[in-house]
Amino acid sequence: MIALIVQDAPIETLVAEASTGTPEIIFSAIAPNLILMLGGVLLLTVVSLMRGKSPSWFPAVWTVVTATLAIVALFPLWARVQDEGAQTVMAGAVGLDGFSLFVTGIICLSVIMGALLLEGYVRREGIEGAEWYVLLLLSASGGVTMASANDLIVMFIGLEILSVAAYVLTAMHSKRISSQEAGLKYFVLGAFSSAFLLYGIALTYGATGSTNLVQIQRFLSDTVLTQNGLLLAGFAFMLIGFGFKVGAAPFHTWAPDVYQGAPSPVTAYMASGIKAAGFAGLLRVFVVTFGPTYGPDWRPMVYALAVLSLLVGSFMAIVQTNVKRMLAYSSISHAGFILVAVEASSTQGTSAALFYLLAYTFMVTGSFAIVTIMGRTGDGTHALDDYRGLGRARPGLALIFTVFLLAQAGVPFTAGFLSKFYVINSVVAEGQYALAVIAMVSAVVAAFLYLRVVVAMYFSEDAAAEMMESRIKIPAGASIALVIAVIGTLWLGIVPGAITDVANDAVAQLVAFRS
Amino acid sequence: MIGTFLNPSTLLLGSEFAEEATNASNFPMIPALIITPLIGAAIIALIPRSRADLYKQIAVITSVITGAFSIAMLVAFQKGDSGYQFVIDQPWISGLGISLHFGVDGISLFLMVLTGVIFPIALLGAKVDHDPKPYYGWLMVLMAASMGVFSSLDLVLFFAFFELVLVPMYFLIGLWGHSNRVYAATKFFLYTMLGSAFMLVGLVSLAVLNARAMGGPITFDLVEIAKNQAISVTAGRWIFCAFAVAFAVKVPLFPLHTWLPDAHTEAPTAGSVILAAVMLKLGTYGFIRFGLDLFPEASHWAAPVMMTLGVIGIIYGAICATMQKDLKRLVAYSSIAHLGFIVLGVFAFSVQGLEGSILIMVNHGISTGALFLLVGWIYERRHTRKIAELSGLQKVAPIFAGVFTLVMLSSIGVPGLNGFPGEFLVLLGSFASARWWGVVAVSGVILAALYLLWAYQRVFHGPVTEPNKGFRDLRLTEGLVIAPLLVLIVFLGLYPKPMLDRIEPSVERLLAHVDLEVDGFELQEVKFVAPAPGEVEDKASHSEAGHTEAGQTEGKP
Repeated sequence: MIALIVQDAPIETLVAEASTGTPEIIFSAIAPNLILMLGGVLLLTVVSLMRGKSPSWFPAVWTVVTATLAIVALFPLWARVQDEGAQTVMAGAVGLDGFSLFVTGIICLSVIMGALLLEGYVRREGIEGAEWYVLLLLSASGGVTMASANDLIVMFIGLEILSVAAYVLTAMHSKRISSQEAGLKYFVLGAFSSAFLLYGIALTYGATGSTNLVQIQRFLSDTVLTQNGLLLAGFAFMLIGFGFKVGAAPFHTWAPDVYQGAPSPVTAYMASGIKAAGFAGLLRVFVVTFGPTYGPDWRPMVYALAVLSLLVGSFMAIVQTNVKRMLAYSSISHAGFILVAVEASSTQGTSAALFYLLAYTFMVTGSFAIVTIMGRTGDGTHALDDYRGLGRARPGLALIFTVFLLAQAGVPFTAGFLSKFYVINSVVAEGQYALAVIAMVSAVVAAFLYLRVVVAMYFSEDAAAEMMESRIKIPAGASIALVIAVIGTLWLGIVPGAITDVANDAVAQLVAFRS
Repeated sequence: MIGTFLNPSTLLLGSEFAEEATNASNFPMIPALIITPLIGAAIIALIPRSRADLYKQIAVITSVITGAFSIAMLVAFQKGDSGYQFVIDQPWISGLGISLHFGVDGISLFLMVLTGVIFPIALLGAKVDHDPKPYYGWLMVLMAASMGVFSSLDLVLFFAFFELVLVPMYFLIGLWGHSNRVYAATKFFLYTMLGSAFMLVGLVSLAVLNARAMGGPITFDLVEIAKNQAISVTAGRWIFCAFAVAFAVKVPLFPLHTWLPDAHTEAPTAGSVILAAVMLKLGTYGFIRFGLDLFPEASHWAAPVMMTLGVIGIIYGAICATMQKDLKRLVAYSSIAHLGFIVLGVFAFSVQGLEGSILIMVNHGISTGALFLLVGWIYERRHTRKIAELSGLQKVAPIFAGVFTLVMLSSIGVPGLNGFPGEFLVLLGSFASARWWGVVAVSGVILAALYLLWAYQRVFHGPVTEPNKGFRDLRLTEGLVIAPLLVLIVFLGLYPKPMLDRIEPSVERLLAHVDLEVDGFELQEVKFVAPAPGEVEDKASHSEAGHTEAGQTEGKP
């Protein structure tokens, strides 16, 4: 991948570098990404060498440790960015700024949660293997590449690494036909949307003469395009590509089917990690690169996407009877909320989106942890009726799920409230009152969906006895994941000061490359 | 900590010695009021199900301690001071100017004391038939959130508590309510949340516009924004409307009231008591604290509409109450009528009207809380709330009937009982500034007598039908539980002066603030109240008035 980056570096840079040979690669700047990638490759090697003698918990623990190490590696980089400012490395292809580090942290967190959930899941389903974890780590590495890309081609490569692994993960449950169906659906539609993104990149290149974000930004601020149709078409195509990845309406139709069909832990990763990476790309390309010059052109498009996602997500969710589908639609409405912050196109909006993504990672991975547990062997019992009586049979589990659901509804003193609050704050600061009202009202509609699950769990006592009999096992990994998610959800809601400051410091910047 | 605080010398002498009082204000009173019930909830959560007998004890103990704190706060409250007392101001999210800013003034003081008193009574007075652990746990969370909402002086903090009270109430109605409980709980939750959605956008807009106008960093501090009054008139009116929707749902005002009869009727007894006594006050309290104080101009602009809605509520609530076949639903509709009086008094923009409103807020909590408790006991005995199925209870349960009579008369607003001073002051205040609204509102007093007396007649008089023969009279324990409310009903009816003395400075400060900010607004009742000759200070003359009024009524019943 590094070689690819070098090849795709802008021509001027290559010319400048020609005298010294290959461009200097600062490995420390891409340490988190390297850790994830090498972790994945090494895991595959080690497990192959051990020839099936490795204990079943080994790949999961390896993955958690790898992702934790990647998070640890973020801290010195964060200090460096805060001291020296944002930097560009690898011949202008990779940006090192607070924003990319924050998103990397979110993706690593979602890998940890995904691995913890997978551990019990693959054992229960009898489909153990290291491939799950290898793909998870590689997919995350693609996401991190995407978040830190300073070049559209690098961003596309990141997106593909992220997506291809995710397609396979979706279809990996060999015993469930719906998993394979979902994988195929995800792949076909995903490939289609990638093509749109690539087409958009090509058009933008045609309009601006570069794929490097810094140069595009500079070109657009120096030059007044007499005919900008090419560029605007590029915006539209790229928005379709990113809109698909984040699950924004009207490019959301894959989400309910894929969320429902994919193995539940993979859905958890999809809703948190992949969404974060998609938004990172969207924010960096649109807000940071095009925002200062062409904001008035793309903001109405994002406005429309945001409103549609909010309405479709919340209204369609309330008529669902399958909890996974409900959460899929709710994730569309959350994507709409984050798009509201994107629409603000300000540093405040970017911080709000980052805070939202982190909060949502805790809430949604927690929710899918419950879904994973409740799916029981076969990963098939996800109907709302399957949750009836849970409040009586397993009060602890039901209470934790209630916390996640209420947090997603935006109840105060949970992460969900403040993330919504920051988004509203950022969009009101731009004078978009109508959008703020639409967002909040659709949040009320969505609250009905969460209440339906709560009603099923608590207010149908008749089903409690039946539920008591069906033994629900909580594997060790899932219980750790639940603890992390609950602590995260409440921590961001009660003492949000520290993370808010970090999100505010996580500014996305484009800095020209200096060799 | 608790021990030193409950020291009798502090309790009894606190108000007399300034030193003691300052000591008390060094004690983090408001955090104690919020945290104590939360500790109770945490303990309840940790006790295993095998020790189910402990849940109620712990809930009662922690709520009594919280109640004792609130009474200690009442004692230590400096009565001449119009500003906020027991103030705590800590940064919460410093980057956005959100702080943990708490304080109490004359307007919120009695609502907090009411919260502290009514919770132990509701806990002791109502039985729970299943799942005691979450029941008491949620009640404790509700108590903490209620205390928080009345003492928050930061917009975001207020909003957070305002929304938080929904969650425990939702579960209380949904899990321990009557037959239609899920519908009622969901309706209650969504209705209130919809109102709050507008308020959140409104409060963020307010803070952003305020920061822009002042040129400083963004702040959500109520006191500061209210003082600045920096936003434009148009923006102020829009944002007021956003707040007004949230509060109007919570009050509830006429077209937005439909959640209330369902929620109150379906809730378990303790839930109804707390809904009526505490939850319903959030809206009217919000109108005073976040309407009048933050948007004096917009509130004054909207006053005719709000007063009209208030008066519609008085008449509509009374008419609906008359028609009810279900005793609990009747009491629920009577709340709409009482809340109409409060709204009328708040938007009459006069000292008497506002004071009267605050008095009704507290006294409605006491009387209607007691009424719901009694109706709950009737339901426990007869398993019905249908008026038609109850008859002649006075003959089989004379003490019960006596207690019911007293509470009912207080709810009607008979002079000498606690319902009267508030309604009287509201009518007085609205006569001064908005005569025709006052004229129509008076009829509400008569209608209240109609529906309550008629209901009383059908339930307690008449022949004792077969199923009512075994109706048990008031037990001693029940009598002890309701006794504090009865004492308050009589005491506050005869002698509301201690309350008025503490409410008045804050009300006057608030109206002076309105006076300063609104062009062409003139406090009218100053002329109206001061028939007393010469130099008598306004405040003194008013407390005189309160006193003599109470004095006059003393002889009547």
